[in-house]
Amino acid sequence: MNKDIFKVGNQISKSRLIVGTGKYKNFKETAKAIKASGANIVTVAVRRINILDKKKPLLTDYLNPKLIKYLPNTAGCFNADESLRTLRLAREMGGWKMVKLEVLGDKKTLYPNMIETLKATKVLVKEGFKVLVYCSDDPLLAKELEYLGATAVMPLASPIGSGQGIQNKINLSIIIRNAKVPIIIDAGIGTASDATIAMELGCDGVLVNTAIAKSKNPVLMAESFKNAVISGRQSFLAVRMKKLFYANASSPLKGII
Amino acid sequence: MAKIQLNGRKLELSSKYSISALLKKYKIDSKKIAVELNGKIINRNKYKLTYIKNKDKVEIVHFIGGG
Repeated sequence: MNKDIFKVGNQISKSRLIVGTGKYKNFKETAKAIKASGANIVTVAVRRINILDKKKPLLTDYLNPKLIKYLPNTAGCFNADESLRTLRLAREMGGWKMVKLEVLGDKKTLYPNMIETLKATKVLVKEGFKVLVYCSDDPLLAKELEYLGATAVMPLASPIGSGQGIQNKINLSIIIRNAKVPIIIDAGIGTASDATIAMELGCDGVLVNTAIAKSKNPVLMAESFKNAVISGRQSFLAVRMKKLFYANASSPLKGII
Repeated sequence: MAKIQLNGRKLELSSKYSISALLKKYKIDSKKIAVELNGKIINRNKYKLTYIKNKDKVEIVHFIGGG
């Protein structure tokens, strides 16, 4: 397991769990949960600063970007131009080149607009960004993103924040088998066992936010996800037994009395 | 005097302000933000030399929690 390295772009990460920083009660809880999760990479959003409330705490005061890798996202963007604007601003803020592209297509499902996503990926790659792309679980589009130069492809398990878990194992398996870049499950993970299943399918990593932040005990849930991802990865590497239709006794029949 | 829009809010600046001076006025740490002036990102090395004019639209952004 020690040699099992998770590499995304130039980033080598000890943990295969990427954690979102939204929806927590406060920054203190965010920081505690992230620590418990063992994640080395966290997603963050880019928003207007609150001019009137100068004393409002900042995320960077609680999560030091020098110690934990920020992955700026484009959450809330509904077309390629908006997402490009957001990520260029993120790059200006601290030289972040590794980013999460998320172009939404529909407010109710938050399903990705893949036409705009492909368009934005192309531009971002050209501008030297390392792009981790939130996408639908369509194997052909996932491959297309790889062709366009995506650093990682991140298909959804189910709608963002829904907690519905993995809904299309077959599609995800096809995407994983065909991929030459890391596949990270993004969105829809509801509980720790979903993350284990994702890792057992052969995903390279899992991105989780709501399942941790909106659990009753986010810090404990974060630790649970840490273990779930490790467990799933180990299980994948160990290669599971073959499924049999009928029973197969675990105790030898030889020498039975 | 310049009438500007800062993060979507209408604002009047009584004197000539550079971006640096504007950040100082609002006690904003320039290392933690990015600035867009009329849709164009301003390189942080140019905050001191970039002055805000009448009808300018300024956006100052930072990182917040997100998934």
